[in-house]
Amino acid sequence: MEILQNALKALVAREAIYFALLAIGLNIQFGYAGLLNFGQVGFSLLGAYGIAITVTTWGGSYWLGLGVGLAAAVVLALLLGLPTLRLRADYLAIATIAAAEMLRLGFRTPSATEITGGTQGLQGFSGEFYELSPFPLDKKYHPFGILFTGQELWLLTVGWTLVALLVLAVWLWGRSPWGRVLKAIREDEDAARALGKNVYWYKMQALIVGGVIGALGGAVQATATRSVDPDTYLPIVTFYAYAALILGGTARPLGPVIGASLLFALLSVTDSVLRDLTTGDNPVISSDILDSQAIAATRFVLVGAGLIALMAFRPQGIFGSRTEVSIDAK
Amino acid sequence: MPSNDIRAVDAAREAKVAAARDLSDVSHEPGVVKPDAILVVDGVRRQFGGLVAVDVDHLEFPRGCITALIGPNGAGKTTLFNLLTGFDRPQDGDWEFRPTADTAKKMRNVPAYRVARAGMVRTFQLTKALSKMTVLDNMKLAATRQQGERIWPSLLPFLWRAQDQAIEARAMELLARFKLDTKAQEYAGTLSGGQRKLLEMARALMTEPTIVMLDEPMAGVNPALTQSLLEHVKALRSDGMSVIFVEHDMDVVRDISDWVVVMAQGGVIAEGPPDVVSANPHVIDAYLGARHDEALPEVELGAPLADDAEAVREEIAAEIHETEKEAGQ
Repeated sequence: MEILQNALKALVAREAIYFALLAIGLNIQFGYAGLLNFGQVGFSLLGAYGIAITVTTWGGSYWLGLGVGLAAAVVLALLLGLPTLRLRADYLAIATIAAAEMLRLGFRTPSATEITGGTQGLQGFSGEFYELSPFPLDKKYHPFGILFTGQELWLLTVGWTLVALLVLAVWLWGRSPWGRVLKAIREDEDAARALGKNVYWYKMQALIVGGVIGALGGAVQATATRSVDPDTYLPIVTFYAYAALILGGTARPLGPVIGASLLFALLSVTDSVLRDLTTGDNPVISSDILDSQAIAATRFVLVGAGLIALMAFRPQGIFGSRTEVSIDAK
Repeated sequence: MPSNDIRAVDAAREAKVAAARDLSDVSHEPGVVKPDAILVVDGVRRQFGGLVAVDVDHLEFPRGCITALIGPNGAGKTTLFNLLTGFDRPQDGDWEFRPTADTAKKMRNVPAYRVARAGMVRTFQLTKALSKMTVLDNMKLAATRQQGERIWPSLLPFLWRAQDQAIEARAMELLARFKLDTKAQEYAGTLSGGQRKLLEMARALMTEPTIVMLDEPMAGVNPALTQSLLEHVKALRSDGMSVIFVEHDMDVVRDISDWVVVMAQGGVIAEGPPDVVSANPHVIDAYLGARHDEALPEVELGAPLADDAEAVREEIAAEIHETEKEAGQ
């Protein structure tokens, strides 16, 4: 029962929102337009630090900070896109992963400490957001027997509403002529060009929109944890988001959301199960084989193996279309 | 239906006669001036390192005609196509597109998508059907000036639904003409090679072009479908479009083209009606010269020429067959 509750909580947890938002952004870029953005975490860093720096360092408002973060994401997308979108897809991948690391390292350097807080990061900037909460912040709620504080509940409500709105937008885009052009660019950009589509500009739009959604993810995550720390913006975050996207199915509006939720539920379930198996008086798995410190790593191994199995038996992900995947791209 | 077909055939014949009449006074010199040119190329030069891929002094494509662009492999036909349609940039030169008799647009440095919007649409040697999109979506994609292709209006379907339905109706009409209407909802990737060629041509027409530029439209198409493709190309002319196409098969060229431009080593070496061009010694040299070079080492290695003449002839025939088969894949 506890395992189930943990799993349920993980399904809707703030991490699920964070990765769902990152993956929705990637879905527009990679799933629809075929752009390989390996630096989504860089956009999320800007969304988070936009708020943190504006509020804590400069004493501005939370909402101004949110705007600053999103604007910074637009600028980053332009900077990355202008030189690389005319080139082959791999150049964007290289540029984005490098840019994300440059941002992380730049924000954590000692010389930037006055503004970014350096390795300590910044705290205490999300008060304005929680002031709006209709739920008393410290009150305890027990939907489905899962414990949430009012503060958590407010964040989850806003976060999931945001996710729902974006899923709706992606659904509308996917069925519109705009989405059709993106898919055509993914399939063969020369064909799209030969039919009069300004491929460069469409790719730029996809990069900007996806990046801004990634920045929103970063903003939600920073608001939830009430702190930013440069070393949480590692490249691996982008790859978790890709794992969520591929698990759910690319170029499907709900794919990244279900993928992100399931990924975190799976990680939570394997964690609980492994902990149950290794603790107690007479553990099923003795500590010689698996001690408690190795559990965190082991669950990633298990979930990774599960993802590989998924790719082998259901390459289209949960929502993807089998026929679409089985057509080889020519 | 039959009377319709007859009318179409008549129209095609009339169009061909009209086109031929227009060109009957034109001399058969490379770079000759045409009475009503739709595309005029001047001094276009494209070099890849030390290799001059295209070097055309002056070339005019006649309006309302089917012009074939032929030449041995490596003559620069596709490179010229790429330059004219904005897919490649020349080192030098200029060209002008005249959508009507008294308008002219300089097309150098115009990006590919603007070339297409201006009314010059192209297809590719290797068919670019968008495999993971349905046949109908392939068609609808190609329509120009779509409201719903802008990022924010695309979120509000009521702004573009009416236009989209009109586009869909036009797409279905064209698909019916190309006998692809039953495949409308299937992924383009499931079509056969020949059907993809048909789809690519139909899709190009969705842009409502003035010039249709076809890069080897018959390559990889089985003989039965070739005939139907030829009819479609002729229909483009009867509908008032100008067609420029690259082709290797001389029979096809003779059958449908009003005018033939022969390229070799980047330049234009001959121009004229199909029968005149195929008798031109320069053209024969350009084609057979190329074959000769390929076969030469074999001849040198073998016994005296006279004894092996028959064997060599057979070998060349086999090789030509092979090349054609390869081109056909």
